[in-house]
Parts: sequence; C-alpha cells; structure tokens
Amino acid sequence: MSASSTTAIAGSETNYLNCERGIWSWLTTVDHKRIALMYLYTLTLFFFVGGIAALAVRTELAFPGGQIMSADTYNRWFTAHGVIMIFLFIVPGIPAVMGNFLLPLMIGAYDVAFPKLNLLSLYVYWLGAAMALVSLGIHPVDTGWTFYGPYSIKTGSAVVWMTGAAFVLGFSSILTGLNFIVTIHKLRCPGMTWWRLPVFVWALYATSAIQVLATPVVGMTLMLLIFERAFGVGVFNPALGGDPVLFEHFFWFYSHPVVYIMVLPAFGVIGEIIPVFSRKPLFGYRAVVVSSMGIALVGFVVWAHHMLVSGISDFSAQFFSIVTFLVAIPTAVKVFNWVSTMYKGSITFSTPMLYAMAFVFLFMIAGTTGIYLATLAVDVFYHDTYFVVAHFHYTIQGGAVIGLIAALHYWFPKMFGKMYNDLIARAAWFLIILGFNLTFLPQFVLGMQGMPRRYYDYLPQFADLHLASTIGAYINAFGYSLALLNLFWAMAVSKKKAPSNPYDALGLEWRTQSPPIKDNFETIPTVDDTPYAYGTPVASH
Amino acid sequence: MSHGEHAHTLDDPQGPPHIHHMDPPTAYHAAKFGMWLFLATELLLFGVMFAAFAVFRWKYFHEFHEASSHLNWKLGALNTAVLLISSYYAAIAVDHAQHGRNKQVLKSLLITIGCAVGFLIIKTIEYSEKYHHGYFIGGENFHEFKTFLPLYFCMTGIHALHVIIGMGLLGWVATLAAKNRFSSRYYTPVEVGALYWHLVDLIWIYLFPLLYLVG
Repeated sequence: MSASSTTAIAGSETNYLNCERGIWSWLTTVDHKRIALMYLYTLTLFFFVGGIAALAVRTELAFPGGQIMSADTYNRWFTAHGVIMIFLFIVPGIPAVMGNFLLPLMIGAYDVAFPKLNLLSLYVYWLGAAMALVSLGIHPVDTGWTFYGPYSIKTGSAVVWMTGAAFVLGFSSILTGLNFIVTIHKLRCPGMTWWRLPVFVWALYATSAIQVLATPVVGMTLMLLIFERAFGVGVFNPALGGDPVLFEHFFWFYSHPVVYIMVLPAFGVIGEIIPVFSRKPLFGYRAVVVSSMGIALVGFVVWAHHMLVSGISDFSAQFFSIVTFLVAIPTAVKVFNWVSTMYKGSITFSTPMLYAMAFVFLFMIAGTTGIYLATLAVDVFYHDTYFVVAHFHYTIQGGAVIGLIAALHYWFPKMFGKMYNDLIARAAWFLIILGFNLTFLPQFVLGMQGMPRRYYDYLPQFADLHLASTIGAYINAFGYSLALLNLFWAMAVSKKKAPSNPYDALGLEWRTQSPPIKDNFETIPTVDDTPYAYGTPVASH
Repeated sequence: MSHGEHAHTLDDPQGPPHIHHMDPPTAYHAAKFGMWLFLATELLLFGVMFAAFAVFRWKYFHEFHEASSHLNWKLGALNTAVLLISSYYAAIAVDHAQHGRNKQVLKSLLITIGCAVGFLIIKTIEYSEKYHHGYFIGGENFHEFKTFLPLYFCMTGIHALHVIIGMGLLGWVATLAAKNRFSSRYYTPVEVGALYWHLVDLIWIYLFPLLYLVG
C-alpha cells in the first residue's frame, strides 16, 4: 500500500468516542462509527432476550412432559425466540454493526454516502423493536416466526403488532442496504478499484443487494397479512377464496435470501481474518468475490425448497431442488479458498482465528446437511423434524453468530482502542463451540429418528438426546455471556491500550489510529494493491 | 470537519449545500443513484400485488372479468390523464431548475401537486361509488368477485398513499424553490423528487389497464 496513506498517530487523544460527550451527542450523531456502536448495544440486548427465550424452550424440553410452562406458553416462547433472533438480532447483525463501523474505513471514506439516512435507519430499527416489544407485552404471538396462514389470520395473539414490527425493521434494513450500495459505488478512495476491495466489502455489497431487492417483497406480504386481519381482504385466507400457499411463496421469496443476508457478511469476516493470521494472501480472491455474488444471485431462485411438502407441483419441486444444489458450489469454493489460504501459512491461533476456524468447520456441517434437505425424497421425511432445526442453527449460529463474534474480537482493538483478556476470550470460545455442538449435534440424530419440530412434548426414547441438547444450550449461553462480558470489561474498565495495528494487517482500517478520529482519516488515503499482500516484502513494513 | 477542499462558500445561496464527506458532483450522483435503488424497492413492493393479481386472475378468470366491468373506466382514464400531466410538469420543473429559474420551478411543482390533489379527489369519487354498492372494504359485496375487489383496493390504496407521500416530497422541494435555492450548480432535490413522482405515475400507468381495461 502507498506510503502516502495516513499513518497511525499513537497516543493521539481525540477520537470518535471522546470528541463529543453526553447522551444527546450520541442520539444526534451521524458518525457511522457511533451509529454502529448504538446498533451493537441494542443488538446485544436482544441477543440476550432471544437467548433467554431459547433457554426457556430448552428447559421445557429437558425432560418429557410439561416442566415449567403450558403447551400454549411454549408456542409463544419459541415464536419469541425466532422473531427476536431473526428480525431484531441477526438480520441487522453484521451489516448494521460491523458493516457500519468498517465500510467507510475499509474503502477510505470519511463516512457513508448518506449519514443522516444511516441515523434514520437506526431510529426506524428502534421503532420496529419497540413495536415487537409491544406485541410481546400485550399478547405474545404463537404462530412461529414464519406467520403462516391461515392460523396467523385467526389466532388471538398480537400478530398485527409483530408483523408491523417486521415491516418497519425491513424498512430499516432496506435503507442500510441502499446506503451501503451507494457508498461502495461512489466513495471508494483513489486506487481502490473493484478488484482491490476487501472481501468483507464485497460481502456487504452482495448482502445489500439482497436487502434492497428482497425485503420489499416480505414487507408488502406482511402488510397484506395485516390487511387480512384488519379488513378481511382474503388474499391469503382460503375461506374467502384466497391462497395460503401464495403467502408462503411471497414469504420465502424474502426469507430464503435473508439467510444469505445473515451469513454472507460472516463469510466476508472470515475472509478478512484468515489471511492475516496465516500471513498469506487470500487464496483465489476473485473466486471468493464471484462466489459471494453467485450465492446472492442463486439465493433468489431457491425459495420454494421451504415448501417442498406444502403442496407445490412436481415440476416446481424438482426445479427448486436442483437450483438449491447449485448453492453448494459457490459455498464450497469459499471453504476451499479459506483452507487453501491456511495451507502452508504461518498460522497464529489468536482468538479471532480460532473463531474463524470453528466457523469453517461448523459451516461445512451446515452446508452438507443442507444438501440432504434439498433432496426431494429425503426432505419429505426430514422437513418437519429436528434435522431442519439443527441444520438451520449450524448455518445461522455456527455461521452468522460465530462470524459476528469473530468480527467483534478481531476489530475490537480498532473499535475501542483497548485489548481484551485473551485467556478468558479463548475459554469462552471453547465453551461456545462445545456448548453449540452439544446442543445441535444431538438434534440431527433426533431428527433422523423422527422427532418432530415445534413439539411441546416427546416420546421417552428421545429423552437422553433432548437432555444433552439442553445441557449444551446452557453451556453455550454461558460461553456467550463470558465472551461478551470479557469484551464489555475491556471496553468499560480495562486500561490496556491497543496499538493502531495490533496484527500487522494491511486493510485501510488499520492505517488510522485506534479508536479512529471522528472523520476516520486526516486525508483520504490512496491504495495501490489488494489488502491481502501478506508474506510479501510490503507486508513487513 | 477540517477538510478545506470541501468548504462551502456561505455567500453562495444557490450552490450545493455543504457536505463534509463528499464533493458536490459525487453528492449529486450518489443522491440520484440512491433514489433509483429506492425506486427498485418500490417496484418489488408493488410486484407482490401484481403477482397476486396474476395468480388470482388465472384462478378466478370469470369473476375478475365480471368485476372489471364494474369499474368506472372513464374516471380511471381521466385520472391517467391527470397523472400524465402532473408528470409532465415535474419533468419541466427539472429543466427549469437546471437553468436556475426558481420561480418557474415553483410554478411547475405547484401544478404537479394540484394534479395530485385532483387525482385523489377523483379517486375518492370512485371509492364512494363503490361504497354505495357495498363493494368497499367491509361491505356486504366486498368478496362478490372473489379477491378482485380486495386487490383493487390494496393496489389503488397503496398507490394513493404513494401519491400523498410524493405530494409531501414535492411540497418540500417547492419550498426550496421558493427560497431561490436552485441553480445550474445545484438542482438535486428537484431531479430526485421528480424521479419519485414519475414512478408514482408509472405504477398507475400499469394499474389502469390491468384493473379497468384488460378484464
């Protein structure tokens, strides 16, 4: 990279955190870094609320028969877990927190293209979150997070508030995606060509495209569901001539691509971490980039694989099955590239690297079990079992959440200018990975043995594996609490200052001080190489 | 905010507003690009209802055919004309803005907004006609043609909501024109506002034949 770019000024006192003080300076800020932190705090809160719902569900399922709640309450808890984790936590997830913080830093810009719109997205997100809380407060929804009709049309729970919340949250997601696309197109610094963009930025680009193109569809669909309940329009109500399968089509047209909104940014994070700690250039940079875009593209034409047992035609089922198989290709390309990057590298087993390696391992399990589910004959059996639950959690928790935690550890020194306790971070990593596998590996077996998903009670032969899963969930939750408390301690209490570039990394975000100044850079930097030239003479400077 | 190269000269009321992180040409292109992306999301939003319409028209062909003849195509055609005229004046406003003729911008935008008001009045007349026949939401004949009338009210209702949002947007642009803010160096809000308005018009151009004529 060019020597003319801003070099870090160690010990500089003003930064984006302390340049202005007071709660008002945060609520009215248009600084993408502060907005990212406000997302981080809110998302962490909802991660814990959703996690408590998960523990409630797992506690109930620890033994056969009723334990701590009625069957009806159980339906509300698992719905709350799904809705909070999906709409309030992991969909905004990496883009809203890490994307907001890093995008302008990584492309060498002072801010995103529309800073005020960025703040508006946050407020719209808060509004949606408030609506979701109202729904939970007045009459928690019991439909599952998918709001399938006709039940969602006639249940007495507060579906209108919850789908209204999802609509509003979708609007926030659209605004963020739109902002990122324009930023990536218009605000790259001199020399930052498309093929020099960090893979995390490419991943954000692919993600934003999905956010912009898929979210309006679910927005309108949920709006029609609201009209359904408010005015009895009947479009999804078979009693009035409507079609509930049409709702499923519309719903999954968004909600399948949305899993790529969750996981593509995590792919990007892993692509940033592995080269740094292998001291090798990212293997097959262009293949990694093209596969991100490929996943985003193919992701739009696989939605009906969620409906293979919903009564769609044989032809549709075959089409969606085959296209779903195609997703395995770009995904495998990524895995091979990450592993090839590590091959013969000088690997440092730092905490972010441990998370990245766990990600590759877990995501491989997630991907291969996805192939089972795309297979028509097998899916008829697996579809409504715990196998799907396990597969989904391997992709979303093993993929997206681990990716977010990896990113938080990796960029933590940049975000707060502090170092966390590495020993505790590693212990937390061990507990998270152990607990996660103990929770969900048994669920694959349960599914294969025929344990149906969403059930409140089960046959005695499933008891051992259910208990193992519940114990795993508690270990998992303890691990996350430890990891986040460790980071919180480092942020709020610790005095251990981080250098500007603790990993000798080459990305532009490491060229400015930690934490960065309000405007990111003193002057706009220029670049003349990819950010992955590790192991070359340039890298040693 | 110490970037001298972006400093805005405050004695130039018709220049672009000061944005510390972008130069004026980039800001102009970014705003336009952002609006185009937003229009794409609008198309997908309406796309859901167009897709639902296609599905149900295929399923209930006779009911949809019958229902279509109950719509007042003359009022629909009149509204199409009103919106086309409004779009023409929105386009004219952009041209005036590019030449810094703020008074003309204001005048054109007021005509556009006036047309929008006319559109909503005509739409209200149509709705009240439907209401008297029990075809309106909640009326006893609401489902007489299966899902046609529900879709008709969803599509035209949400379109009308967009007309109202567009009026607000263009109203804000008009206040800027009244303050003499536009010049050949700065006319982004007029162009972006007009883009949005054209989409509102365009959606109607598809709704009119689909609902009133094709059936």
